[in-house]
Amino acid sequence: MKEFLLVFRNEQQNMPAMRSPEEMQDLMKQWMDWIGGIAAQDKLVSRGNRLAMDGKVLRAGNVVTDGPYAELKEIVGGYVMVRAVSYDDAIDLAKGCPIFSIGGNIEIRQVIEA
Amino acid sequence: MEQQELIPHLFRSEYQKIVAVLCRLFGLEHIEIAEDITSDTFLQAAETWGLKGLPENPVAWLYTVAKNKTKDYLRRHQVFTQKIARQLSAGTATQTAEIEPDLSAEHIADSQLQMMFAICHPAIPAESQIGLALRVLCGFGIEEIAAAFLTNKETINKRLFRAKEKLRSENIQIALPGPQAIVGRLETVATTLYLLFNEGYYSAGEDHSLRKELCLEAMRLTYQLATHEATAFPFIDALLALMCFHASRFDARTGMHGEMILYEAQDERKWDQELILKGEYYLNKGSRGNGLSRYHLEAGIAYWHTVREETSGKWEQILQLYNHLLLLEYSPIAALNRTYALSRVKGREAAITEAEKLQLNGNHLYHMLLGELYTGLDAVKAMSHLQQALRLARSAGDRELIRRKIDVLAES
Repeated sequence: MKEFLLVFRNEQQNMPAMRSPEEMQDLMKQWMDWIGGIAAQDKLVSRGNRLAMDGKVLRAGNVVTDGPYAELKEIVGGYVMVRAVSYDDAIDLAKGCPIFSIGGNIEIRQVIEA
Repeated sequence: MEQQELIPHLFRSEYQKIVAVLCRLFGLEHIEIAEDITSDTFLQAAETWGLKGLPENPVAWLYTVAKNKTKDYLRRHQVFTQKIARQLSAGTATQTAEIEPDLSAEHIADSQLQMMFAICHPAIPAESQIGLALRVLCGFGIEEIAAAFLTNKETINKRLFRAKEKLRSENIQIALPGPQAIVGRLETVATTLYLLFNEGYYSAGEDHSLRKELCLEAMRLTYQLATHEATAFPFIDALLALMCFHASRFDARTGMHGEMILYEAQDERKWDQELILKGEYYLNKGSRGNGLSRYHLEAGIAYWHTVREETSGKWEQILQLYNHLLLLEYSPIAALNRTYALSRVKGREAAITEAEKLQLNGNHLYHMLLGELYTGLDAVKAMSHLQQALRLARSAGDRELIRRKIDVLAES
């Protein structure tokens, strides 16, 4: 088994935090059903974290800019770590994530073992 | 109470109290001496009461005899005494004759609590902890422990011997851990009590009353933790709530001939409402603070099982609780139960898809679940899973249950 990082990206206006409480609650349930399904296969390494919508970027010369990435449409909303035998297997785990129903996507990256 | 019943009953309730107090007096490294003196006391009780009839106050009688035997022992073992007397009362010049076990209610309660921490020490393997807890904290006989573990007396004796060696070699003290360490150590204690309860609730042992005793003892010890200010943490309340909810179905789940009655077929009127209310009380009490332990989640699941109504809301709640539980800690049984809950919320087809991803092919419960999910959808697959379950099941009770399901399916 290898470990994979699933990175969730979405446009800001699509993020769950921008939705009504009912919609958010519903999304949360779908999210738990999806991630619970991965955990039930004993393939969840870490439930990761959700990230706040704002942020800072520090560049060389101590230049700090506001907001995550003004030049990008999509921002990273969070991440999860899973266990899978291959990229195909990891992709299968990512399928069914409710992010696809709200216009987002998942970047899947294998972790390089030390 | 008749005398034949009284002595075993007193043995169960008083043995552990006297042992705990004597251990605290002698130190855990001398646990055998504490056990010997206590056993001697009960032997003398059995003989004397048999001849002369019951004393007016049997408990006081036991305490007096235990005290005298302890003092005798200390007098006879001067060298040993001087050694422990020094440890016992550093500074005060204690004479042998003055050392007397303190069998006041308060001292007993403190000693038992400290004993719980000593026995549930992380250095001792879980299996031995449970054995030792049954022996020293619950006053069970070696034969009863062997029956509970479905093994023989020799195995249990060896296990207990090794556990006591460990108590000595690790120099485990009979004391409450300090405030820094107490939560971590209390988690080990809680795990042991949880396993002790499960041993009674789920074990394959045939002896129904013995299994109930295990559960009641686990509840009694958890109650001690829940009511002592040093150990009354929310997760202990949640653990007690979980036990109350489960125990409420104890009488409903066994039939006239000792056979297992599944949840769906139980007579709801036999559910113990008082225990359900107690469970609710402790679950509410345990909801203070932000900590959400596996016991909270499992108690939540057990609570929903005390609600008979089969609404989709009920199963939605159970599904979400299992999702959370799996995020905290994977276990095959939680994965299977989650999939069952999913079938109640999203239907069998969806659940079958999820179930087939679990790949728990060597687990009879996995095939029972698939057999259940396929029933009504695909009789051939249902039957093949049930037969696979029958091949894998080890306990007689499980096999009987699966055979009944196969019969029902074959007739339909």
